[in-house]
Amino acid sequence: MKTKTSSRLEKVLSEGHLAVTSECGPPRGSDPEAILKKAEMIRDHVDAINITDNQTSVTRLCSLAACIHLKKMGVEPVLQMVTRDRNRIALQSDILGAASFDINNILCLSGDHQQFGDNPMGQNVFDLDSIQLIQMVRLMRDEGKFLGGDDISRPPGMFTGAAANPFADPFEIRVPRLAKKIAAGAEFIQTQCIYNLDRFEEWMKQACDRGLHEKAYILAGLTPFKSAGMAKYMKNRVPGMDVPEEVVKRMGDTPKEKQPEEGIRICIESIQRLKEVKGVSGFHIMAIEWEEKVPEIVEQGGLYPRPGREDKD
Amino acid sequence: MIVAQKKPIEEIIDEIKGFKRILIAGCNECVTVCEAGGKKEVQVLASALRMYFMNNGVEMTIDEITLERQCDHEYLEELRDRIDQYDAVLSLACGAGVQFLAEKYRTTPVFPGVNTSFIGVTEQRGIWSERCQGCGQCILGQTAGICPISRCAKRLLNGPCGGSTKGKCEIDKELDCAWQLIIDRLKELGRLEDYEKIIPVKDWSTERAGGPRKITREDVII
Amino acid sequence: MRIQYPGNIRIIRVPCTGKVDLIHILRAFEKGADGVYLVGCLEGDCRFDSGNLRAKARVRQAADILERIGIGGERVRMFNLSSGEGPRFAEFATEMTEAIRALGPNPIKAARKAA
Repeated sequence: MKTKTSSRLEKVLSEGHLAVTSECGPPRGSDPEAILKKAEMIRDHVDAINITDNQTSVTRLCSLAACIHLKKMGVEPVLQMVTRDRNRIALQSDILGAASFDINNILCLSGDHQQFGDNPMGQNVFDLDSIQLIQMVRLMRDEGKFLGGDDISRPPGMFTGAAANPFADPFEIRVPRLAKKIAAGAEFIQTQCIYNLDRFEEWMKQACDRGLHEKAYILAGLTPFKSAGMAKYMKNRVPGMDVPEEVVKRMGDTPKEKQPEEGIRICIESIQRLKEVKGVSGFHIMAIEWEEKVPEIVEQGGLYPRPGREDKD
Repeated sequence: MIVAQKKPIEEIIDEIKGFKRILIAGCNECVTVCEAGGKKEVQVLASALRMYFMNNGVEMTIDEITLERQCDHEYLEELRDRIDQYDAVLSLACGAGVQFLAEKYRTTPVFPGVNTSFIGVTEQRGIWSERCQGCGQCILGQTAGICPISRCAKRLLNGPCGGSTKGKCEIDKELDCAWQLIIDRLKELGRLEDYEKIIPVKDWSTERAGGPRKITREDVII
Repeated sequence: MRIQYPGNIRIIRVPCTGKVDLIHILRAFEKGADGVYLVGCLEGDCRFDSGNLRAKARVRQAADILERIGIGGERVRMFNLSSGEGPRFAEFATEMTEAIRALGPNPIKAARKAA
């Protein structure tokens, strides 16, 4: 497929390679050091790094600024943008701001409700939802127009993405919702982390039956378990998560000091299996606060070195 | 109808404590239905306040009246002859009624006795829930009769979000996910394929964001 | 049965405790009653289906209001019995009288006199 932007992520995918992305959360302060360190740890093992946008409504250093820091160190960022905090003016403005630094990947999200964060009494915006944001980014890029109709000088060249959760409620619209996001203009999809591989494959099959895998690149989300406790927590306490009993048992049967290793092993096995699934174009490895394990996972998953690294600055 | 809740009595006491002659004015419509400011509530509040002030050695006259509505001139005119007897009015009408009363009787301080909350329905006696935000451009025909603006915590027009769990909203396990309701209704109507229709970006200018609203019907103005 | 019970009680008969509204309870206190209690059928046995449950809810509301305005929520109570339980009626009367005596007179009375 021909590329429409100068995004390295898009390039890797368009050349038919399995892409690898990961994720970092910015600090709760103005010192960018932590984010720079995390990015440095994983830069050679991923094609791009997502920066979360005030995730769970907890106020943090903004995604845009963190992405600029990454760009300055030669790492490719994915700007995550939620519609909870910004109206259409601010959304377009921030997109232009990102584009002015040649940040060219965006993940369009609605955002967690502010009730979960440190400002439950605040207003929320939701001028647009995630699907309308996808449409707007594509309008800005492909037609060079603001939402209001005026022309944009130097339109933003954003490779546009969205999130998908094959396991969330309501289940009957899991594939229709994916289709809707792609119809709105999503070019790549990052899924919620997968533990129920059978169910994921079923979802992928339905997506492929509709030809969706040819319209957008689908990256399978993975998060390694650090402990049996984490597996149980994610099974029981996190909505939209499907952790099969055998996986929890496998973690539980492992002696405590070997559990992190087992969690990584499960993750790597998932990569091996999902590589073979039709329509899977890559992996989105979310190892929050465990970023140091990403290189190992990528290497053991047979995804190292990353393609085209010689042309990195 | 408009749904309101009684203000805590402590707050009301604080509002009116400096005055000597108070009129409590109720309303016979919405606030009666949601049992916040109708005739019965006026009676109960008046009795409670009398006892409180008496008990605290404060002399206060507290009279009662319940008007048909407080959002129409004709009904508020009924106060014209007696309002000067009072040095303050405590209105149990919704915010619109309180303001209209205050606009009409400009030299009498007016205090609210209820917290006006939303446009909603009576699910059963004692339980009222929100249904409409007055966005000014009703899309209920597109969403199977369920409003995502007033019933989705994020007013998503192309929901649900990733937080919808077992048909409930991520912010409250008791709150239905509006988009689950819409999807269920589309199924019942045999229109589930409509789910994939993208609802475009909304024009919010007819909503609060566009400024205070006014409707003028030239055809009915005499 | 001619069972003795304290003489300080003014009985107001109603066809069902459900007939008693919140304002009736409050007005009694406004006029100086030291205590108000309702005696209704056993829960589940209301002759008119759920009148006694409405009364129970109103007694709770009254107690809340009386507490907030400084009169005392314990001055209003609900009791339940079946019509054959004469001795219990007398028991309630005694129990309530003793409880109110312990609380003292309705503070409104003193405030009224002082005014």
